[in-house]
Amino acid sequence: MTTNGTQPPRIGVLALQGDFAEHAASLRACGAEPVEVRLPADLAGLDGLIIPGGESTTIARLLDAYGLLEPLQALTRSGLPTWGTCAGAIILAKRAPGLDRPNLAAMDIGVQRNAFGSQKDSFETDLAVAALNGRPYRAIFIRAPIIDEVGPRTEIVAQLEDGSVVAARQGHLLATSFHPELTGDDRFHRYFLQIVRESAHPAPGGK
Amino acid sequence: MAVEKGTWLLKRGLAQMLKGGVIMDVVTPEQATIAEEAGACAVMALERVPADIRAAGGVARMSDPDMIIGIKEAVTIPVMAKARIGHFVEAQVLEALGIDYIDESEVLTPADEAHHINKHDFRVPFVCGCRNLGEALRRIAEGAAMIRTKGEAGTGDIVEAVRHMRALWDDIRRLQNMPEEEIYTAAKELQAPYDLVKEVHDIGRLPVVNFSAGGVATPADAALMMQLGAEGVFVGSGIFKSDNPAVRAKAIVKAVTHYNNPEILAEVSRGLGEAMRGTSARSLAPEQQLAGRGW
Repeated sequence: MTTNGTQPPRIGVLALQGDFAEHAASLRACGAEPVEVRLPADLAGLDGLIIPGGESTTIARLLDAYGLLEPLQALTRSGLPTWGTCAGAIILAKRAPGLDRPNLAAMDIGVQRNAFGSQKDSFETDLAVAALNGRPYRAIFIRAPIIDEVGPRTEIVAQLEDGSVVAARQGHLLATSFHPELTGDDRFHRYFLQIVRESAHPAPGGK
Repeated sequence: MAVEKGTWLLKRGLAQMLKGGVIMDVVTPEQATIAEEAGACAVMALERVPADIRAAGGVARMSDPDMIIGIKEAVTIPVMAKARIGHFVEAQVLEALGIDYIDESEVLTPADEAHHINKHDFRVPFVCGCRNLGEALRRIAEGAAMIRTKGEAGTGDIVEAVRHMRALWDDIRRLQNMPEEEIYTAAKELQAPYDLVKEVHDIGRLPVVNFSAGGVATPADAALMMQLGAEGVFVGSGIFKSDNPAVRAKAIVKAVTHYNNPEILAEVSRGLGEAMRGTSARSLAPEQQLAGRGW
């Protein structure tokens, strides 16, 4: 995108809590311009948004405390390309049982939080991901959720061997249970930037 | 396809998920619920907060497993617990209980005055304290996947936390500017493995997440540590030894997210009631100072 002389896409990274710095670094490595989002004013002129890993209870509270919830609900429903990783997927999901605060409820998926148990059951494994050409994708699952319900307009992007859905896409929305920002393999970030390009969303609100 | 557990990426990765957050000491399931409600990114389950450990004297050990299980059942956020320095069996017990992170902590009475736990032996990750770069890298060499600067726990006095954070970054900056041929001697002086010293020289930071601990009592203290280079904070006695723990806990969570925004810091600093009374770290006799424990 920088190579054809146009502006690099401006991708917001929700920076309330979690590993937002890792996402920002991955975006920079892919030629995009990351923008840390902590307040509604930071949403102006974004081409896309990433909700990072972290603690979903903490992120949900801070979304509410500083007036980000409603503008983000509006933006994600009106077509702003948005990707949630792990806690971020929980924040995006329409159904997240146990999350005791409102979330963006933008994507037609249900998630089961912390589906694999405590940290000693966190794991890494290779995933076959058809949307990413080539070799398997090394995925890092840290106290991860699974996507246990997929709406009719949602496509499955990746599954574990037992069939558990761990990545899904609904048009401009992407959710992954795992953390592509931790591996140095930037193919998921490039996939998301492809969604951003396809959506070519006219610079959304937040003025 | 093969599934791997307990890898370095997973251990370090959980600490990365805690960044920008506040880890709160709690001693009951009720306190854990208050901490989670306030937005803590994790809780540290222990029998007494450091201020009470100081007051009680005696030997401070790993907490009662029943208490830890009660706290685990009360919240969905990660639960950490402390083991004594060098007490690898306490760590085995905590791992068996399904604790998410073990703090090999100077706040408890050390079990070994020469050796820390070999943390590579465990699937559960460890956080350890440090006062400077050498100490941090020795802990990482032993397998710590997260570091916290020590401060002086249970005092409510931020001065030691500042000292340790500044010392750590001072060491890192010095190393970063060093020509490569001097790194061998630097490793000797830091008493840390060459490979880790070289890595810090190359990347200009610790290879794991670093929080601040020991003495945070106000939102401004928390933001101070963030501006000095912490990636998150531990708050021990500062919350539940204050007048209004729920309100103060929320304020400290907001202060860590918006640590660079003085308007928000001013707003969250209002109406908190009295902070913990505290003890000046300078007034402690050497044997009362916890930060000196660890080798």
